[in-house]
Amino acid sequence: MHLDQRRAPIYEALEEFKKARIVPFDVPGHKRGRGNKELTDFLGEKCLTVDVNSMKPLDNLCHPVSVIREAELLAADAFSAAHAFFMVNGTTSAVQAMLLSTLKKGDKIILHRSVHRSVINALILCGAVPIYVNPGIHPTLGIALGMSVKDVEEAIEKNPDAKAVLMNNPTYYGICSDVKKITELAHKKGMKVLVDEAHGTHFYFGENLPVTAMAAGADMASVSMHKSGSSLTQSSFLLCGKNVNANYVRQVINLTQTTSGSYLLLSSLDLSRRNMVLNGKEKIEAVKAMTEYARQEINQIGDYYAFSKELINKDSIYDFDITKLSVNTTETGLAGIEVYDILRDEYDIQIEFGDLGNILAYVTIGDNPKNIERLIGALSEIRRRYKKDKTGMITYEYINPIVVTTPQEAFYSETESIDLEKSAGRVCSEFVMAYPPGIPILAPGERITEEIIRRILYSKEKGCTLTGPEDMKVEKVKVIKGEL
Amino acid sequence: MDLWFSEHHTKNVRLQIKVNKHLFSGESEYQRIDVFESYEFGRFLTLDGYMMLTEKDEFIYHEMITHVPMAVHPNVEKVLVIGAGDGGVIRELTRYDTIKEIDMVEIDEMVVEVCKQYLPKTACKFDDPRLRIYYQDGLKFVRKYVDTYDLIIVDSTDPFGPGEGLFTREFYGNCYKALKSDGIMVNQHESPFYDGDAMAMKRAHKRIVESFPISRVYQAHIPTYPSGHWLFGFASKKYHPVAHLRAEEWNRLGIKTKYYSTNLHKGAFYLPVYVEEMLRESE
Repeated sequence: MHLDQRRAPIYEALEEFKKARIVPFDVPGHKRGRGNKELTDFLGEKCLTVDVNSMKPLDNLCHPVSVIREAELLAADAFSAAHAFFMVNGTTSAVQAMLLSTLKKGDKIILHRSVHRSVINALILCGAVPIYVNPGIHPTLGIALGMSVKDVEEAIEKNPDAKAVLMNNPTYYGICSDVKKITELAHKKGMKVLVDEAHGTHFYFGENLPVTAMAAGADMASVSMHKSGSSLTQSSFLLCGKNVNANYVRQVINLTQTTSGSYLLLSSLDLSRRNMVLNGKEKIEAVKAMTEYARQEINQIGDYYAFSKELINKDSIYDFDITKLSVNTTETGLAGIEVYDILRDEYDIQIEFGDLGNILAYVTIGDNPKNIERLIGALSEIRRRYKKDKTGMITYEYINPIVVTTPQEAFYSETESIDLEKSAGRVCSEFVMAYPPGIPILAPGERITEEIIRRILYSKEKGCTLTGPEDMKVEKVKVIKGEL
Repeated sequence: MDLWFSEHHTKNVRLQIKVNKHLFSGESEYQRIDVFESYEFGRFLTLDGYMMLTEKDEFIYHEMITHVPMAVHPNVEKVLVIGAGDGGVIRELTRYDTIKEIDMVEIDEMVVEVCKQYLPKTACKFDDPRLRIYYQDGLKFVRKYVDTYDLIIVDSTDPFGPGEGLFTREFYGNCYKALKSDGIMVNQHESPFYDGDAMAMKRAHKRIVESFPISRVYQAHIPTYPSGHWLFGFASKKYHPVAHLRAEEWNRLGIKTKYYSTNLHKGAFYLPVYVEEMLRESE
């Protein structure tokens, strides 16, 4: 890092701005909160006084030339990127910007099936064709693995015209692919490498953690600063490597980005970047110590399996993020989603997600050992009180999607709504996913099979929230009219 | 000299005690610890500015949290005490010859050291050979035990700060597991009077009811605690706190008390109507 990382230009400008006591005859109309007392009482006056609009001393997110520009340079420096964009429409907008600035209609992109819905949404917008790499499923844990180098190699060989490769670093569960090797492979064939680092922000600031996208030479990365980086929800960074035309990327971002970028979000990104650079190393060490301790204790309870680096196989599990506290619950006879619900409903503990066989507790620089003890204590109690026979439980198995047409074409086709249970053989025109973690069971343009229908019904029965379809109860599903 | 200690009991109510001397002030890993000497209440201990005990009224709390379960359970040999860094509960427990082992789990070693030095009236039995002290998180300690204790006394601070984990369902459930099949758990149960305390009280009660087959609440009058009206929880796997009271047996032990008696024991479980209603609501 070359710049003075103690600076936080957006935050500093807002502090100056407050002192100047400027009379507001601009938007927002709450005028520093005075027009909305209830909201001000709820959120606090300090918060409302900096909920302001773009103006000369505060720069403009759509076309940054002063303090936002400086903050972008500091962020790029902090992440060892050639350019960093402040994103205020969520990491979803960063993912969309990556895809929309790299792909055009009909272009192919090689990707892992367990991508976030935002990736497939971006494909609907740009009309690109997904080439899925079988992610492989861990035989006992039932979780999707990373991309194996061999599978990517094969996909590249079969699709030499593909324009890009997209990976997660890490997956929700903490699994990393060999980002460096895959990047080299893709670059050799002139493909761009895009990395969804929604769950990897801390890799840039801690020690002995998996390699970051930027360090591995990737072209673009979307980084959820609001997750392990602790900025406000919806704030995020988009990072670009040296071979990316940042000015073009900005144009793409501006296609869909708000013209009233929130200064609450912008300043939270600025301060979080500073905090992570200045204090991240030490704080992430504490996080690692907490998760290592928790894993050890949870594994002593019995039946639970809090997994970690022992899974590494140097290929589809190239590395593991030990700050993720992922626990397999299968041996307790409880689905992960059941443990997830009991933790919240009976123990007042909200974890990140539960799927069919696992739960994930997100542990960050905001946690303390006291709460870790509560989580361990509650898991121990849940096993004592609810443990049951595990027969009849199904774990997640990968269902190879049959892509019949592009997500964009399917989404905009003539469609009809039919009963889910009678939909086998038809081509779906919408998403079906279990949320969380929001990985599609069906994406637009894919053929529905009996196996997929069974999966959806089982997820429903176990209490997963199913989202995507127009029919909120997911009894009906929209399919493309006619034979395909 | 006009030096006053004051503590907010609600945003709009406070208790003030005139102080003669500030004897100790220190910051541990967990909290700020102070000891004062006052004209009216003798010495008193505060944690993070909250009153924990005064020499003048501590006997009420310590007698009520100890002798109530001891007069019900016929054969207490192994006791777990969570918190209790001031030593008051230990002092009362050591009066029973039948008790063979006392495990005390206090998160903050500095509290014990400060009490030994400044509050000898409560911290007077830390050298009892039956006592073992563990300096660690109570929630963590109790998690490791199954079918081990006859009695668990939860002498916690309020449900915010270091004591927070001791008001949770996972803690009460772990206590249930650590108790023998006829075990009893008694806990500091907050107050029903001011809204904030009452919320915590109801929440704790709900969590205990979910964890134990028998769960009753009893009361005492403690002048320096918010509103003076304080509650204790009696949770049990087998014994009912009043139906199984062994009054004669207990009286034969000849333990001299200032507040507790077997008559008062029965009365303490008869609660004001508004408290009964609150408890019913949370059950």
